[in-house]
Amino acid sequence: MAQDGIGARVARKEDKRFITGKGRYVDDMRVAGMKHVAFVRSPYAHAKVGGINSEQARNMPGVLAVLTGSELVADGIGNLICGWMVHSKDGTPMNMGAWPALAPEVVRFVGQAVAMVIAETRGEARDAADVVAVEWEELPAITDPAKALGEGVPQLHPEAKGNLIYDWEIGDKAAADKALSEAAHVTRMEIVNNRLVPNAMEPRAALAQYDAADDHFTLWTTSQNPHVARLVLSAFYNVAPEHKLRVIAPDVGGGFGSKIFIYPEEVACLWAARKTGLAVKWTGDRSEAFLTDAHGRDHVTVAEMAFDANNRITAFKIDTIANFGAYMSLFSSSVPTYLYATLLSGQYDIPTIHCNVRGVYTNTAPVDAYRGAGRPEATYVVERMMETAARELGVAPPELRRTNFIREFPHQTPVIMNYDAGDYEASLSAALSASDYAGFGERKAEAARRGKLRGIGLSCYIEACGIAPSQAVGSLGAGVGLWESAEVRVNPVGTIEVLTGSHSHGQGHETTFAQLVAERLGVPIDNVSIVHGDTDKVQFGMGTYGSRSGAVGMSAISKAIDKVEAKAKKLAAHLLEAAEGDIEIADGEVRVAGTDKKLGWHEVCLAAYTAHNMPEGMEPGLKEGAFYDPANFTFPAGAYVCEVEVDPDTGHTEIVQFVAADDFGRVINPMIVEGQVHGGIAQGVGQAILEGCIYDAESGQLITASYNDYAMPRAHDLPSFKVSTTETICPSNPIGMKGCGEAGAIGTPPAVINAITDAIDNNDLSMPATPEKVWRALRAGAAPMRQAAE
Amino acid sequence: MVTVTMTVNGRQVSKEVEDRRLLVDFLREDLELTGTHVGCDTSQCGACVVHLDGKAIKSCTILAAQADGTSITTIEGLANGADLHPLQAAFKEHHGLQCGYCTPGMIMSGVDIIRRHEGQLDEDTVRHELEGNICRCTGYHNIVKAILAAAQEMHGEVRQAAE
Ligand code: FES
Ligand code: FES
Repeated sequence: MAQDGIGARVARKEDKRFITGKGRYVDDMRVAGMKHVAFVRSPYAHAKVGGINSEQARNMPGVLAVLTGSELVADGIGNLICGWMVHSKDGTPMNMGAWPALAPEVVRFVGQAVAMVIAETRGEARDAADVVAVEWEELPAITDPAKALGEGVPQLHPEAKGNLIYDWEIGDKAAADKALSEAAHVTRMEIVNNRLVPNAMEPRAALAQYDAADDHFTLWTTSQNPHVARLVLSAFYNVAPEHKLRVIAPDVGGGFGSKIFIYPEEVACLWAARKTGLAVKWTGDRSEAFLTDAHGRDHVTVAEMAFDANNRITAFKIDTIANFGAYMSLFSSSVPTYLYATLLSGQYDIPTIHCNVRGVYTNTAPVDAYRGAGRPEATYVVERMMETAARELGVAPPELRRTNFIREFPHQTPVIMNYDAGDYEASLSAALSASDYAGFGERKAEAARRGKLRGIGLSCYIEACGIAPSQAVGSLGAGVGLWESAEVRVNPVGTIEVLTGSHSHGQGHETTFAQLVAERLGVPIDNVSIVHGDTDKVQFGMGTYGSRSGAVGMSAISKAIDKVEAKAKKLAAHLLEAAEGDIEIADGEVRVAGTDKKLGWHEVCLAAYTAHNMPEGMEPGLKEGAFYDPANFTFPAGAYVCEVEVDPDTGHTEIVQFVAADDFGRVINPMIVEGQVHGGIAQGVGQAILEGCIYDAESGQLITASYNDYAMPRAHDLPSFKVSTTETICPSNPIGMKGCGEAGAIGTPPAVINAITDAIDNNDLSMPATPEKVWRALRAGAAPMRQAAE
Repeated sequence: MVTVTMTVNGRQVSKEVEDRRLLVDFLREDLELTGTHVGCDTSQCGACVVHLDGKAIKSCTILAAQADGTSITTIEGLANGADLHPLQAAFKEHHGLQCGYCTPGMIMSGVDIIRRHEGQLDEDTVRHELEGNICRCTGYHNIVKAILAAAQEMHGEVRQAAE
């Protein structure tokens, strides 16, 4: 094995440019003659757009053009699309309203753009945008999804009567109702999953250039999937033909889902570049990010779980309202349906599940995938229910979970998923022992002596990554295939370039992908470079989200390496006059097994390019490509234990211990995997106790529109984490990987809330559990939540 | 318009800028030192931290004109030639960065924290003093680790966190 191959804690190759300030993010790019864009945005949540008078703006210093939504529509630029068709239970397709990149007639959320100003400098563009005079006719707004379904409320889109996008279901309702009526015990809860703002630290940006001589467009953008951006921009938005559009997503400063989607600003900048002949750059500021990045979560749920006399779950019934905001973003429709309801079996053997989801329009920013995308919402419901049921039944929370764990694989759930491998007992045991769960009572008593309320909470999550056979997702309504492509180019001197359709925006692909190649071909990782993020270099790709880069992206690379290896072996066998089956590649050498006959790796590579002496019929060169379509989802799972201390005087929660035991299948670089888990836990803690996106219910104004108002987790809000992994190899892909990027954000929120509710002995607490909410819950004098003492 | 003159990473620069030009825009746009980042418009995130006369400041919070006559160090000027600053090296070794966007500001803040405490740091102090810097990727675990490790390397010892 290469020493920097699979399993090694190799420091990241990409770090040098970031730690020396040499990273190249979109806003760092400049091209000759570049001008700057500022958008004119709606101050209202819902309004008719009357005339737009830009005369004063046009006369401002440095201003070159003011473009409006009606011009954009007149130029034939298409409406933004949602790429996943979901059908209601009556068979009708979802009801979708139109979303033009610049709104010509109606705006439906605060911050929606209606016009754009192009000027010499960013400051001049912003000054002029401030004086573009729009005749607004304010309309009544609605932000609460449950109320939006009611009578006599503002209607957002004529296409969606009653603001209902779809009324979707999965599972067997009659069977679930029957089991609930016959149950020995039913746990029932109302659960809200709070809306979040993704907050990648790099704000979104777009730089668009049109070369009239070649009729060619270039777009630099903050994207997690540049090829999908190019496809959608050309096929649906008509801004440029696909073969004449190059999309580059260079260094990208975090995405967490929010940079999967194609946004109005990218469409508008490309359109404007051609219309004006100017290269134009827009860089959003943080306020624009709060207002216009796709938000995450925002579910209201009622859940009922039925148990028999042996504490085994007999049925699970869930009714969810999902707030989609004012428009359907690119993958939004799939999040509360196929990414959420299909994971409601959790780690448990549940014979009957029924889930109903109603998708609703409101006058808020569009909601789409955010780290975990549907899986955190599912896990939150399942794991809050399990902990609550344990308390109601008087069973220790780990025991109730153990009683219901799935123990045999493969396991078919009642909601589509076929879990291929897992050992939930192993991760639970690891988490319980790392957290000294058994010794909690003593610690609680000690905390009580200091006047603190100590609580412990557990969460056993499962997620589905590496989404999924293209045929399967196609049958569920996806508008794309979810394979990945790779090309492995071996140079004549033996160094290797790997071109991948995955996109790295912090996940460390330049290192882990190189580790895989190093392992397989026996070369040092410094001899491998990873090329990604540029549609002119990489033929095609589906990008990075849903923890798919390892399980799907690296599998594609592995397949391409198979082909390279096969060809290299064939060539070496010819050169060494040996049988192909006896050739092995390792440690930079190509050897005949059991002999001292060998060639250097570089000698074989050179021979492939000199082509002086090759087997009959072999083509020169050593370069192979592959597309990999996953055979199944992968199913990472794990157990998290959170221990908190609540100050009864202030309601402030301190996380005193956080333990994560994850099963990600095969781990390529444990250091990078741990980093992914840390980041996910931080976002999960953020959701649980700090972050909440709040709109004013009357005016639809975003109240939490800056870091002054939206509480991002800071260093002192978090502890150091204890993370570890157990391993069941994923049988569905050649590397055995499952994916690790979202786990922390999925498993954490229920663990934290379960811990706080344990500490304060009141289960009536919603996220974010701010000190004020905790303080109020402590004083609410709710009935003790335990039926029996533990 | 106003003419500003300052030393940036050891090099004297003099330029005419708009009165309202922020130092961060001066560095990024006029000097093309794009390592200093902008992550917010409310002076909360710390992506823009540089050193002004040896002290960490948020470069989005002062005007270029206010920095007239000072000496500025940005992330590009932190390494000594090809030799990384010990904190830069520690960020790499301890995986203190993911997307790298907050990283320049984090490192500049970290150097300042280490210097002010003469390396006498514990986890609690580091976490507390990083409150002006946001990282969305790392969960801070490894950033804290990197700062403690660099402090130890630069000053020989670290007080252990009080348990
Ligand atoms: S950009 Fe200066 S603090 Fe955020
Ligand atoms: S590394 Fe991405 S924000 Fe800190």
